[in-house]
Amino acid sequence: MLNVTDILETIRMIQDENLDIRTVTMGISLLSCCDSDIDRSCEKVYHKITSCAKDLVKVGEDLEAEFGIPIINKRIAVTPIAMLLAASGGDPVQYALTLDRAAKAVGVNFIGGFSALVHKGFSAGDKALIQAIPEALAKTDRVCSSVNVGSTKSGINMDAVREMGQVIRRCSEITADRQCVAASKLVVFCNAPEDNPFMAGAFHGPGMPDCVINVGVSGPGVVRAALHSAPDGLNITEVAELIKKTAFKITRMGQLIGTQAAQRLGIPFGIVDLSLAPTPAVGDSVAHILEEIGLEQCGACGTTACLAMLNDAVKKGGVMASSSVGGLSGAFIPVSEDAGMIDAARAGTLCIEKLEAMTAVCSVGLDMIAVPGDTPAEVLSAIIADEAAIGMVNSKTTAVRLIPAVGLKEGEELEFGGLFGTAPIMKVNTASPAKFISRGGLIPAPLQSLKN
Amino acid sequence: MRAVITVVGKDAVGILAKVSTICAEHNANVIEVTQSVLQDMFAMIMLVDISGLSCELKELSKLMEQMGAAQGLSIHVMHEDIFNSMHRI
Repeated sequence: MLNVTDILETIRMIQDENLDIRTVTMGISLLSCCDSDIDRSCEKVYHKITSCAKDLVKVGEDLEAEFGIPIINKRIAVTPIAMLLAASGGDPVQYALTLDRAAKAVGVNFIGGFSALVHKGFSAGDKALIQAIPEALAKTDRVCSSVNVGSTKSGINMDAVREMGQVIRRCSEITADRQCVAASKLVVFCNAPEDNPFMAGAFHGPGMPDCVINVGVSGPGVVRAALHSAPDGLNITEVAELIKKTAFKITRMGQLIGTQAAQRLGIPFGIVDLSLAPTPAVGDSVAHILEEIGLEQCGACGTTACLAMLNDAVKKGGVMASSSVGGLSGAFIPVSEDAGMIDAARAGTLCIEKLEAMTAVCSVGLDMIAVPGDTPAEVLSAIIADEAAIGMVNSKTTAVRLIPAVGLKEGEELEFGGLFGTAPIMKVNTASPAKFISRGGLIPAPLQSLKN
Repeated sequence: MRAVITVVGKDAVGILAKVSTICAEHNANVIEVTQSVLQDMFAMIMLVDISGLSCELKELSKLMEQMGAAQGLSIHVMHEDIFNSMHRI
């Protein structure tokens, strides 16, 4: 029989330490929906999504009930819509409305893939899609958008970087009466993964199978609790070891739920994303793990080193627990979605520059950060360029999800509610990068790209 | 297929009887029971065979939860695989 301590440990993790499956995301290829007529194309898109994903939510709920582990989100990621737009032309917003309608019909809370991959340049459909992002996100509730502007292999497309600064601003401006919500659904990537199950950056890459299930796990609360109950005198090697073991257990849950979901839906299982994804709930914070390791507050000197160790230990523990690992895989540091980060930002301990350093050693980038409403577009573009450069040179994914808080100043707050949380508006260095951004062109691929 | 039923709460007369009655009503065969009483806290873990279950596992889980809530007990019914996958390689 199973060990009693093991059984009670699992139950405690779920009941008291917020262990959950953050998302079961179905990736659906829409390449078969391409049509030269946009109306027909949208009709095929709606039909394909609603037929592939008709049982997704039900299967998710069944698994929750059977295994007793909450599955917080059921989501869909689709082929970057710019590819369909290349064939059909027409108004990109029509696709966004179709995706929104399909998401509501099958009951998923987000659908990602209003996206374009422009790291080496714009092809047909890309520019039109990027221009339409603000309107598309403002007119829909569940659609998420992402744009990949750089990669280690190809360098950084600075024309796209310039454009995205303006797009982010427009997203905020047209939803200024709704906490600038459109900007929170837009991610700018470097080295975007094709199989990421997490929003807002999920899309179904062109190299993926027709339909696939990817799973994102969570569990910052479990890691924090494990550290909290550990003896006081552990050295950092022992701390890393403890995190590794905990990450293994968390990831096994993801592997189990992912394979079960894929089997029941009759489609292949893709990957488990080994991420520590925080929520604003008490006890579910990545910042609190760093504080548990021994920092007075997240953002203090030493934060980058602790985060690097945490991120590495999570991967090492997770990688053996799953047959296939992918997506972003690492610790997330979204400011507004993490109670500890919110406190640190309010206290002024955590600043954007520190967050930028942290993104060099963890899985994503500057995520869910509110900046003053008067931050010019070229400053936003320059922040994107900095992040993309970190990703490009370190052969890792980096992303930027900034929210210019229109009409608000540093020290005030945006209140999104739910999983998106509360975003204290952080100070931005506004010395002008305008000339650099206006140059455009491509930052050439770094030497790291020449691995052959 | 097997499921694990865990019961945690204040000790009282008839807890085991109530849980096993629900199991019997739905054709879940009890394979093994471990229980302990620490001070007045009662903790029981029951392994049941659910291959002949006469209802959906989630219905059984719901019934147990309701019964537990009425008695001030916390009862969970979970598929055995979740524990196996977390604690066995």
